[in-house]
Amino acid sequence: MTSLLEIQGLSKNFGGFTALDGVSIDIRKGERFGLIGPNGSGKTTLINCVSGALPNDAGRILFAGEEISRLPAYQRTRRGIARSFQIPRPFASMSVLENLVVPLEYVVHRGSLHTADTRSEAMEILRGMGLADKADTQSNQLSQVELRKLELARAMAARPQLLISDEAMAGLSSNEISEVLEILFKLNAAGITIIMIEHIMQAVMKFSQRVVCLDAGRIICEGTPASIVQDAGVQRAYLGA
Amino acid sequence: MRNFFIGAAVLLALAAGLPAFVKVEYYYVLGYTVLQLIILATAWNILGGFAGYVNFGSGAFFAVGAYTAVSLYKALSLPLGLQILAGAATAGLLGLGVGLLTLRLRGIFFSIATIAITIILETVVLNWAYVGGAKGLPILRPTEVPLFDNYTQWLFFVMVVIAVIAVATARYIQSSWIGRGLRAIRDNEGAAECSGVPTLKLKLFAATISGALMGAAGAPYAMLGSFIEPTSAFSLNHAVNALAMPIIGGTAHWVGPVIGAVLLGTVQQVVTVTISSEINVLVVGVLLVVFVVAAPEGILGLVKKFTGGKK
Repeated sequence: MTSLLEIQGLSKNFGGFTALDGVSIDIRKGERFGLIGPNGSGKTTLINCVSGALPNDAGRILFAGEEISRLPAYQRTRRGIARSFQIPRPFASMSVLENLVVPLEYVVHRGSLHTADTRSEAMEILRGMGLADKADTQSNQLSQVELRKLELARAMAARPQLLISDEAMAGLSSNEISEVLEILFKLNAAGITIIMIEHIMQAVMKFSQRVVCLDAGRIICEGTPASIVQDAGVQRAYLGA
Repeated sequence: MRNFFIGAAVLLALAAGLPAFVKVEYYYVLGYTVLQLIILATAWNILGGFAGYVNFGSGAFFAVGAYTAVSLYKALSLPLGLQILAGAATAGLLGLGVGLLTLRLRGIFFSIATIAITIILETVVLNWAYVGGAKGLPILRPTEVPLFDNYTQWLFFVMVVIAVIAVATARYIQSSWIGRGLRAIRDNEGAAECSGVPTLKLKLFAATISGALMGAAGAPYAMLGSFIEPTSAFSLNHAVNALAMPIIGGTAHWVGPVIGAVLLGTVQQVVTVTISSEINVLVVGVLLVVFVVAAPEGILGLVKKFTGGKK
């Protein structure tokens, strides 16, 4: 399999604090990739650098073979990197459906005028997420699990090749977790590469084909879910053993 | 869509035919004042309401339009139409410039910069002898009036045209993909950018259009009173009105600023005539506070609430 996302020697400092220190990760097309690490280990900083919300200080990011480190976030989205946010950030003044129309208009159908198509396309995505009956609900009226699904739905509306799911399951019940997991498996089966950042170990272990563990901005372990939980460094840093 | 343009055409025809029925010049001055408020409020709302970037410097954009027009009239005797276009272009460029300098940052920085720009530009004009500096500059209106009985009627008609253009622009922006992008920016800029919205470009676009319309509103200003001086052209009242009226009317829809401006503009004029010209500023201030506290979505929000749902 070929690489979709290559992160090479990525570093990021906030003043004197080193959030990322020479991180290199290679993510293959179609892969289900798990990113774990204790709070403050740099997971969100890493995906902020990948998605373009933060500029990286050193290193390179290549997506589908092209360097994207200097592109603004919206252009990275247009190239195929979409993300959900850890704390849901809905467009609160819009309905659920309209939330999806934004990426559809700005990424998928740029310059075309077929509003009706956009809406039916948005509806299609909502159906896949189990949000179809909420399409006309104002997005600030949603429950927590619905907000998480909306985050994923809006990311999917950009028709990405790579989906970064930033703690889409934190704070959800176990039923809701399996619901979201099922959605992510389905998307992956449709050919989308997924990076899952998660604290809920059963979910990451079940979902990922490969897992990287970050600690204090460095990769301390990389491997299959089974090998990760055996690693002494991971147990010390993350599992608190 | 069609109804809007029919409405606009009817309005223009009425404005053109009005002098056949109304002769008193004062009513045209009154109408001019309200129209000026409609344009300023609508222009402010494109950036402040749709995108959520508050401009405290409407006075600067207004005055830049006015002084561009005055200097061109004095130097080249340009006709009013060209003065307005030039005023709009200059104020639009000012919007773009201020935007380029500050809109990369989020939140309050743009607002602070707009206050600073007002003070800086007022100081420049105060020291610019060609347009009269602090003394001001009397203007001789053109003696020939196109189409109308007197120049005030002509100015009134011109303001109706600018107001229709301003409202049509706001309406188009609101209902297009641009408006949705601006709303996404107001709701959550980070999420907007990650949804493929080029946030900086859209904000610059909104700042330019908003500035240009304010400049157009200011361009005929000197002609109305045959006089211009910096203190009134740069007055903080322009800025307060431009932001108070959309907030009172409702910022989410293009019609909000129009409602706010017509209502408040009329009240202000009535208060000016019947009580005092000082009190009218107080009226705006008090109403602004009341609405921000009690009805943050403005009159439109109240209407929506009491009719129980969708417009």
